Amino acid sequence: MLTISNLEVSYGGINALRGINLNIEENKIVTLIGANGAGKSSTLRAIMNLVKKTEGTVKYDGEDLTNLNTMDIVKKGIALCPEGRRVFENLTVEENLILGAYTIKDKALIDNEMNKVYDLFPILKERNWQKAGTLSGGEQQMLAVGRALMVKPKVLMLDEPSLGLAPLLVRDIFEIIKEIHRQGNTILLVEQNAKKALEIADYGYVLETGSLVLEGNGKELLLNDKVKEAYLGEAKTVDSEQKKGEN
Amino acid sequence: MSVSEFMQHLANGTSLGSLYALMAIGYTMVYGILRLINFAHGDIFMIGAYLTYYGIVYTSLPWWAVFILAPVLTGIMGLILEKLAYKPLRGSPRITVLISAIGASFLLQNLGTLVFGGRPKAFPIPKMLSGTLKIGGVSIAVISIVIPIITIILLLTLTFIIQKTKTGMAMRALSKDFETASLMGININKVISTTFFLGSFLAAVGGIMWGIKYPQLVPLMGVVPGLKCFIAAVIGGIGNITGAVIGGFILGLGEILIIAFLPTLTGYRDAFAFVLLIIILLVKPTGLMGERQAEKV
Repeated sequence: MLTISNLEVSYGGINALRGINLNIEENKIVTLIGANGAGKSSTLRAIMNLVKKTEGTVKYDGEDLTNLNTMDIVKKGIALCPEGRRVFENLTVEENLILGAYTIKDKALIDNEMNKVYDLFPILKERNWQKAGTLSGGEQQMLAVGRALMVKPKVLMLDEPSLGLAPLLVRDIFEIIKEIHRQGNTILLVEQNAKKALEIADYGYVLETGSLVLEGNGKELLLNDKVKEAYLGEAKTVDSEQKKGEN
Repeated sequence: MSVSEFMQHLANGTSLGSLYALMAIGYTMVYGILRLINFAHGDIFMIGAYLTYYGIVYTSLPWWAVFILAPVLTGIMGLILEKLAYKPLRGSPRITVLISAIGASFLLQNLGTLVFGGRPKAFPIPKMLSGTLKIGGVSIAVISIVIPIITIILLLTLTFIIQKTKTGMAMRALSKDFETASLMGININKVISTTFFLGSFLAAVGGIMWGIKYPQLVPLMGVVPGLKCFIAAVIGGIGNITGAVIGGFILGLGEILIIAFLPTLTGYRDAFAFVLLIIILLVKPTGLMGERQAEKV
């Protein structure tokens, strides 16, 4: 179980996170939703120690990860699929996947994981020799997710996996997240697409300007009036969809 | 000019080009990953040559052992240089690190003068590598043949490392995106150290062969070749290894052939590199093989 307590992050005096507490239980999909700039990505980045925490602790199964560097956190089994895909465009699909398993020494294990990823995303197998930069946006997202899975993470954190994808692909990505979860993974999903995220989540947190304002199980939050108004309103959804298109 | 004369110049130019290529790779690899022009690279080349000199003259090791050992030691020196001069400044503005590189260069030059002495030293050339070969009426120095062969072997090895090994993949990943690379669990410091080791190793091999070709060592011997190899890397498209090799050969061959055909320009030999640089940057600002890339954030 991943426990984040009293996490604070500030960028040059501006508080991006003002002390948040999260619990990610084993084999659950937990989602963190919120508007642009609410601090969702900062949370994930602080967990991975890509940004400095001003305050707070991160523990996994009782083990303190707060001050480990990124590399060692990965070794503990926490993987982050970063926002905006960030595949290595100059490397082939297969090389991207191999790098995903950088901390794994056993070659057979790497091959095994790669086959699992290929089963999940057959398109990646077809294109495994191609430079990642030549893939379409959706394929790159799949590669980014597949790459994060290569390390056999105990907790997989996904930062806006649906960002900038066509609606059909968004559906696919959420199906895949469900599938990854069915295979026994713990997932922390950060999304602007609150409706989709809450639909598949066991538990959800709502983040507003650096503080948690609501939490509850996914279905409950979907029905919550405040969430409906702020994140699920018809007009708002269309609006945010358009914004994504512009990105 | 007779055919045999031309062949001699060609061999000479090819071997000089090989040396430039070996050294240009170090500039381009470091730039590719850190976006830093490692101005001390030329001085690493000098240290490689001196270590070899001391290894041969003052130890009883056979020359070939020294030829392997000295580059390894130089590689380690390069790695230490990074730890001392560049690593503490990681994340600082690029100009700061650049100034540190210039400082490191001056330091090594002066340290070289202090430790090795300013008087030129005669590089001890192994018997096997001196003398000339006669191939079809053309006499060519043995070293002019050995240099390109060794260069090609090293280039193939390097290509293998970069293309096929996990460390090589990590290097290529790092050249695009530090943060995501660290999310893969890549040990960034280790990969950077490897890069400096490899670059410095190659520079030292270049230094040894330079010593055989022009057997006079001075502590400032790295300055002009260093500058030229930097130019070679820029001409080829800095950050691109193939480009650096091509740039090195263009520069080496060009320099020798221009003097061969227009002997009156001999005095302008060193200017050739700079003129070529200006022309190429005017026509193709990214260098021959370079791609336009977004600023790394």
